[in-house]
Amino acid sequence: MNAADVKSSVVPGVRLGRVSFVWRPWMVLVTVVLAALAFLVFCVSIAVGDFPIGLPRVVATIFGRGERIDEFVIMDLRMPRALAGLVVGTALGVSGALTQSIARNPLASPDILGITSGAGTVAVFLVTVSGGTTAAIVSSIGLSAAALAGGLGTGLLVYFLAWRRGIDGFRLILIGISVSAVMESITTWLLVKADIRDVARAQAWLIGSLDGRSWDEVGVALWGTLVLLVVVTGAAFQFKPMHLGDDVAAGLGVRYSAVRAVLLLCAVLLAGTAVSAAGPVPFVALVAPQVAMRLARRPTPPMAASGLVGAVLLIGADLIARTALPVSLPVGVVTAAIGGPFLVYLLVRANRG
Amino acid sequence: MGLGVLLMILVVAGLVSLAVGARALSPAEVWHGLFAAPDADRRLTEIRLIVQTVRVPRTVLAIAAGIALGVGGALIQGYTRNPIADTGLLGVNSGASFAVVTVIAVFGFSHPFQYVWFGFLGAAVAGVVVFGLASIGRGAGNPLTLALAGQGVTVFLAAMTRAISLSDNAALNALRFWNAGSVAGVGFDVIGPVTLFIVVGLVLALTTLPTLNLLNLGDDVARGLGVNIALTRTVGIAAVTLLAGAATAACGPIAFLGLMVAHVARYLTGPDYRWLVPYAGLLGAVVLLVCDIVGRLVVRPGELDAGVLVALLGAPFFAVLVWRGKLRNT
Repeated sequence: MNAADVKSSVVPGVRLGRVSFVWRPWMVLVTVVLAALAFLVFCVSIAVGDFPIGLPRVVATIFGRGERIDEFVIMDLRMPRALAGLVVGTALGVSGALTQSIARNPLASPDILGITSGAGTVAVFLVTVSGGTTAAIVSSIGLSAAALAGGLGTGLLVYFLAWRRGIDGFRLILIGISVSAVMESITTWLLVKADIRDVARAQAWLIGSLDGRSWDEVGVALWGTLVLLVVVTGAAFQFKPMHLGDDVAAGLGVRYSAVRAVLLLCAVLLAGTAVSAAGPVPFVALVAPQVAMRLARRPTPPMAASGLVGAVLLIGADLIARTALPVSLPVGVVTAAIGGPFLVYLLVRANRG
Repeated sequence: MGLGVLLMILVVAGLVSLAVGARALSPAEVWHGLFAAPDADRRLTEIRLIVQTVRVPRTVLAIAAGIALGVGGALIQGYTRNPIADTGLLGVNSGASFAVVTVIAVFGFSHPFQYVWFGFLGAAVAGVVVFGLASIGRGAGNPLTLALAGQGVTVFLAAMTRAISLSDNAALNALRFWNAGSVAGVGFDVIGPVTLFIVVGLVLALTTLPTLNLLNLGDDVARGLGVNIALTRTVGIAAVTLLAGAATAACGPIAFLGLMVAHVARYLTGPDYRWLVPYAGLLGAVVLLVCDIVGRLVVRPGELDAGVLVALLGAPFFAVLVWRGKLRNT
């Protein structure tokens, strides 16, 4: 323990103009390996299907040098799904890492910021309550868009309810849990009241899926996520000292209140874009940062690695759901079934080591 | 002092609970229903039936389950040192749901009394597995490991529950009612054993309270003061599993109650667990009982499940307390 402390205090720093960071070879290695893994799973996900395409041809087509027929199958049919997995996984992973860092609580995830529960309540309401208004809403803007609006609305409600002279991590998660609990109990009640066939449809939506994604849905999520990631990267350099506590961070010259408010808003919006593309996929945002933390051997969730773990987890789970399982299951179920035990495995191994 | 007030509120709520419902009863009728000897009068027999087989069981269960979840919530926050820990954290709720869905899908059970004990078994097994996984190796019983292992197992079991309920409509149908969390509809054949488990859990819980205070000074300090950390934690977690498992088996998963009353109790008493835990227990009972009563009144002639109302009524109140800065970190 002591030796590690001494060692970590002398790791070399890197300075590029105004930007400086600590050079951590292991962390960089883990991130690079995860990025390579994410790209590999992404390509395999495109290659596998009723019409198998060799990996080299997939890579060639992605970089714009493929044949016509491959181009059609890959770019038009399979790319949206794989890309949705990549984008949603990354968004959820980063969103989870941000939430856990801001709340300084490893049990926190964007789920408790109300986004998933709010989206779920709106979707279940639209599916189970029949009537002129709900039908009109669904036909005019679509179920996913309406759910997204509900999710973002709930997320922002939590954000503003928790705002009192700035955002405080403890207050935020307790308010978030309260609002989520209300939303979930409304969902439960709607499900109890509803017709069983509607319940099955609502249940399917509540789990999240990558089936039948189109470029339209993926495009919006892709650009949204990219913009948000740029903002997060910009703010993240200010963020590091915040793990040391508000007072220390302020002493080190961080405007922690502003930085935290911006990053938290990014976390809410990232989770929202994920919901827009795949529905409320559970657990990725909770598990990915914890897995990334343990892989990278860092005391706090690393942003880039968390996003990549999320992407690998989601695309990998989708791949397994499509190919290895005898029954067809939505990606949300498979993600949880794989992610949960993997987290436990990492915990047990860390305990031994 | 405060405990006495809470106890009085609980007694009053209990009496109201006997009188209120689809058919409102006067105090005299309640009295008759409770104590009168059987006689030939048709109307009075009916009242006796209502009071003894419907009102009394659900009142007793609401109080027992409320105490169990309140005490369980306070304990789990103490043992994991995490202010957002809830009684479901150790996989108890997801274990119970998984077991219930599985036996419905496999054996085709249709009535709650057939699967109550499977629910308890599932909750207990999940709790033991989580604690076992978190206790392997050197970092045994580290609060964070425990909480995260609980999350991992919960995530896995919830996925399995979803997978089964997606493919089996009967299981899905039972699951949605089970998930609502209700204190109605079970008789004393279930409530009796459940209460016994809760009492055992309470006794275990009460014995660990002084040591839990020391534990919250930090493991090193506690060890220095001669606390057997592993033993205390094992007993404490066993108590939580018993309390939450029994309550969940009888009522279905009631989320948020334990978390909420633990925070309110901490606000009322300060951090001393010897006071905090009894307060949390009584608060839990009062909240669950009141929610059950309100649930009988708001959507007449139907009923709204107590589990739904706990979040619907409790959460806004709780949020106001949080916002006004009344609640402190553990």
